[in-house]
Amino acid sequence: MKVLVPVKRVIDYNVKVRVKADQSGVDLANVKMSMNPFDEIGVEEAVRLKERGKASEVIAVSIGPAQASETIRTALAMGADRGILVKTDGEVEPLAVAKILKAICDAEKPDLVITGKQAIDDDSNQTGQMLAALLGWPQATFAHKLELGDGKANIEREIDGGLQIVEVKLPAVMTTDLRLNEPRYASLPNIMKAKKKPIDEKTPADYGVDTTPRLKVLKVSEPPKRQAGAKVKTVAEFLGKLKEAGVL
Amino acid sequence: MVSLVIAEHDNKTLKDATAKTVAAAVQLGAPVHVLVAGQGCGAVADAAAKLTGVEKVLVADDLLYAKPIAETMATLILSLADKYDTILAPATTSGKNYLPRVAAELDVPQISEILKVVSADTFERPIYAGNAIQTVQAGAGKKVITVRTTAFKPAEVTGSATIEAVAAATDPGTSKFVSEALSKSERPELTSAKIVISGGRGLQSGENFKMLEKVADKLHAAVGASRAAVDAGFVPNDYQVGQTGKVVAPDLYIAVGISGAIQHLAGMKDSKVIAAINKDEEAPIFQIADVGLVADLFRAVPEMEEELSKLGY
Repeated sequence: MKVLVPVKRVIDYNVKVRVKADQSGVDLANVKMSMNPFDEIGVEEAVRLKERGKASEVIAVSIGPAQASETIRTALAMGADRGILVKTDGEVEPLAVAKILKAICDAEKPDLVITGKQAIDDDSNQTGQMLAALLGWPQATFAHKLELGDGKANIEREIDGGLQIVEVKLPAVMTTDLRLNEPRYASLPNIMKAKKKPIDEKTPADYGVDTTPRLKVLKVSEPPKRQAGAKVKTVAEFLGKLKEAGVL
Repeated sequence: MVSLVIAEHDNKTLKDATAKTVAAAVQLGAPVHVLVAGQGCGAVADAAAKLTGVEKVLVADDLLYAKPIAETMATLILSLADKYDTILAPATTSGKNYLPRVAAELDVPQISEILKVVSADTFERPIYAGNAIQTVQAGAGKKVITVRTTAFKPAEVTGSATIEAVAAATDPGTSKFVSEALSKSERPELTSAKIVISGGRGLQSGENFKMLEKVADKLHAAVGASRAAVDAGFVPNDYQVGQTGKVVAPDLYIAVGISGAIQHLAGMKDSKVIAAINKDEEAPIFQIADVGLVADLFRAVPEMEEELSKLGY
């Protein structure tokens, strides 16, 4: 079976983001960019399926600027077989991403798409669900554990109250949660090998998708700042301060 | 036009998240209807009908919704969508699961986790783990919105809406609920507790979380955890507070042995008072804590329990 893994290039999760003074967005100049951590978990899961002989091919897709090819190379170094880069410089909303991915799925016919549950930049948590809806496929979001069966999968999901298992018929879309697996670091030989793996370059127009944003961002501002309060040395002082604050 | 709020419940009780989502919906200025999809969920519908600002409650009572999954929920909501201008759900793991499907089928973007209704078409929402706030304006077409429930006060219970049955939609038949394992606890729910006490990697083991539980029981608090503590297997996933776990905003949040990674802060920094116990004076958690106790938690937490007993807790 074929597995498709969308991967997004985002600000590295360790970077402290800065809001631009003109409130037009956050400052992306000279900032370290990496693969969205949830997508990394998706790539890892797909590569493990391949290593276990369950998947025949893993395709990594990224929609973004030319540099998103580096994100695809990371996926290829982890073990994906080939990449598709859909090049676009503007902001692409989850619905447009889902439409492009749908067109790719129509062409590639994967049995399973594994997306991250959310990208850590826009925190939307929509793309996988939207893709499943557009394809008319079932979905299993926030996946904790995947068990593949014959033409179906049992997927354990992290939900607010605990864990839930759903059975989905394949093809399906799964979105990853934190504890699905621990992604590997690519080894140097695999990084070298990844350089020879093919990446197809496309544009949204090739898939007939208009990526013009549908939501208008009026501004991006700083959240209210919290100030550090008093530091104390004893439990009695600590409880005293909390009583003073009226919360005990 | 009218707004539709999708209720969150367990067939017996209406969750607090619904009352908060209704409160957000009321701010849009249009009449509010609530959809209760479940099985044997009459009591939930009655509770929804009492929420201030609700005009009508729609009830889809069917075996199909006993344990609703994304596909069946989305189909049901879409069968009703024509009559509504805005569809809202709480940004819980269930709302986040089904609502983007609805948006995609309606060919409109979803506005995730709104923090504030600026006007009927303009909203504030957090991005980058809450390190920036985006103000977005919806375009033409229906609005599909999830609501960060900690940002809204629950609607009051002075209403008396009419209750109307609606037909179940067809089951796409592509997926089914198999089973669930829910954490059982006598303590209040993490997302609605007035006090939350959370543990991090510093707790060193699941066994040590019992110390926090003892304090929690005295304070009627919920127990939470950082991602590190969940990843290490100290406590189950549903304890996690943070960017990708639960978002909480209690009156008092006590962080014990939590260093304060930005991903964790994203889930608790809107708490009224933040208190932290950490032996590392340089821990980033102290930069946002209103009260910080620099001490070894293995000594401080049992002492705190004792002191609370003395104070009559």
